[in-house]
Amino acid sequence: MNWRPEVDVAFVSLAALTIGGGIAAISLRNLIHCALCFATCLLGIAGIFLWLGAQFVGFAQILVYVGAISILVVFAILLTRGAGNENGQRWFGSPLVSATIAVLLAGVLLASLVASNHAKATAAQYSASAPVAAIGQKLMTSHVLALEIIALMLTAALLGAVTLAMPERKR
Amino acid sequence: MDALTACLTISAILFAIGLAGALLRRNAIIVLISIELMLNAGNLNFLAFWRFGPHPEALSGVMVVLFSIAIAGAEAAVGLALIVNVYRHFKSTDLTVLDSLKG
Repeated sequence: MNWRPEVDVAFVSLAALTIGGGIAAISLRNLIHCALCFATCLLGIAGIFLWLGAQFVGFAQILVYVGAISILVVFAILLTRGAGNENGQRWFGSPLVSATIAVLLAGVLLASLVASNHAKATAAQYSASAPVAAIGQKLMTSHVLALEIIALMLTAALLGAVTLAMPERKR
Repeated sequence: MDALTACLTISAILFAIGLAGALLRRNAIIVLISIELMLNAGNLNFLAFWRFGPHPEALSGVMVVLFSIAIAGAEAAVGLALIVNVYRHFKSTDLTVLDSLKG
């Protein structure tokens, strides 16, 4: 079975969900709406991961990003609610200059994409998706040091986050 | 358009959106969201090159993306805790207000 993903209706709709969610997440006025559109964008990306055949990563994306980080963002927005909606002003400095920089970056990336010959260089005919057993074996053999470091770093980061967010006690 | 080019195009557009958000918005939380969007664009590139690269059975892209997701989780937790702490001090998350190191 040499299944090779082609651009189809599913991919186009997932891409539209991702791009639309991303644009809405950075442009809406209401911060809660921004967070919800951010979650929509992440769901679209998780869908693209699943479409690419990376089931484990796709579901990890849904669990970690959509399940945890989006909720954390919503909590942070609610905790800083008194700040208001940026006092009626959304944009930092001159929006025209920043938008021009972003559009220029997109142009450079897309132009280099068109100019490169990656499509001819990679013609893999790989059928199977990433099996979870193989991922687990890789994690426990060749990537075990990185796994341990990530575990330590996550513990340290979460302890640090709790310490930072704890209310200061009067001595 | 083949699937690899399509994935890379989506990733490039998403990265530009994230950069625009980080440069344009005044709210610190939205800037953090934009940084997460840029990280996700990078993840999408890794997975696309893993899927259409010459040695998909090595699973390198999947490993990198898994570790990247873990790091993004830690980064979001610490970043939001910092924002909540800064809000307690300045009573604002507007980046134009936060311009002094010693409050």
